[in-house]
Amino acid sequence: MIPAQFDYAAPATVEEALSALASAGDDAKVIAGGQSLLPVLRMRLNAPSLVVDLSKIESLRGVRDDGDALVIGAMTTYQSILDDASVHEHLLLLVKAVETIADPQIRHRGTLGGALAHADPAGDVGATALALGAQFEITGSSGSRTVPADEFFQGLFETAVGEDELLTSIRFPKHTGWGAHYEKFVRVSHQWSIVAVAATVKAEGGTIQEARIGLTNMGDRPLRATSVEKALVGQQATEDAVRTAAASAAEGTDPPSDLNGDAEYRRSIVPVLTRRAVLAAAGG
Amino acid sequence: MARISVKVDGASYSDDVEPRMLLVHYLRERLGKVGTVVGCDTSNCGACTVHLDGRSVKSCNVLAVQADGHEVTTIEGISSGEELHPVQEAFRECHALQCGYCTPGMIMQAIDLLNENPSPSEEGIRHGLEGNLCRCTGYHNIVKAVQKAAGSDLEGAQQ
Repeated sequence: MIPAQFDYAAPATVEEALSALASAGDDAKVIAGGQSLLPVLRMRLNAPSLVVDLSKIESLRGVRDDGDALVIGAMTTYQSILDDASVHEHLLLLVKAVETIADPQIRHRGTLGGALAHADPAGDVGATALALGAQFEITGSSGSRTVPADEFFQGLFETAVGEDELLTSIRFPKHTGWGAHYEKFVRVSHQWSIVAVAATVKAEGGTIQEARIGLTNMGDRPLRATSVEKALVGQQATEDAVRTAAASAAEGTDPPSDLNGDAEYRRSIVPVLTRRAVLAAAGG
Repeated sequence: MARISVKVDGASYSDDVEPRMLLVHYLRERLGKVGTVVGCDTSNCGACTVHLDGRSVKSCNVLAVQADGHEVTTIEGISSGEELHPVQEAFRECHALQCGYCTPGMIMQAIDLLNENPSPSEEGIRHGLEGNLCRCTGYHNIVKAVQKAAGSDLEGAQQ
């Protein structure tokens, strides 16, 4: 399968990329790692007139320590995140989620910012960014603005990034010492998540002090299980206590129905996956 | 058309390509490197795996223009003359291929895996090859071949 014809630009700076996007109107697509976009182009689900490649913009790559947060450039690959010691130390949940994404070849090319801007509700980094309270830096011709995770995702493949803007970096508050687990329910290893639960937990002496839980593929965008988060505070990290708290995990969700499972099925497994994720996260 | 300069299996090439041309088509149709095959064409099967700047990628999921200024290694570039690469040799010794279609991608991914971890566990090998499908389902011998190439104990692996 071969994509439809398009023009191609590989600008060296964010400014040049923004002017390339502005010149093409609403008919341009940005390519980051391309691991989701290229299948879309090959299957001709989309046929942009211009593809703007960000791979030559070095300033968009890498992980920077900014005191109480890590700032990750939008073009940082999954593999670079897995190779970064500071991410392991401060954002264990991100490591746990990223290591489940697709396969090694895809992780070598795929980027954090590309996946977040693509906003596939079955993607693994959206719920993770939401659980970690990430802030998204969006840059346009008039400068940058910052959008919190709960405003960034606006629907199926829809984000706060405008047609003439770029997602340039993602700021994650450090969760040093928090346990984390990404519980992913799939039929085969490199499939998209049927449902997944991103949990990060601050526990002391077996008591949960704080918990943050994101749900993947339980709606048209990543969701937070806030009622479970509240119910977990002050609980012992035991099977029974966590099961009780996780019972409301499907509350407020609107999961899709597809060949992998209908909405009712997804609502029935999400408390189970939430229990497993929280117990694993609380266990270290 | 876009002008690209790439190094493939040690040789430098400059070509005009359509931006929509996939790397795998550039390798096969322009450079004649038909050792790299197209399997599923949907970025699932891994048969088209090559190395881009030393790391494995699925060449059906990379544009040729994205390889501009970079270095590609294919299955055709890993032996030294008549002498097979140790992973190729191990695949032959362990009968790690039946129809052989997945083999170029399996070998390129196995080399990447061993570059990252020279002595992987059996589970680590299976995990590391999760992006490569074998329709003959000959996975056991593929795993043995990677273990053999890693110099690990095959007696133990056969139990």
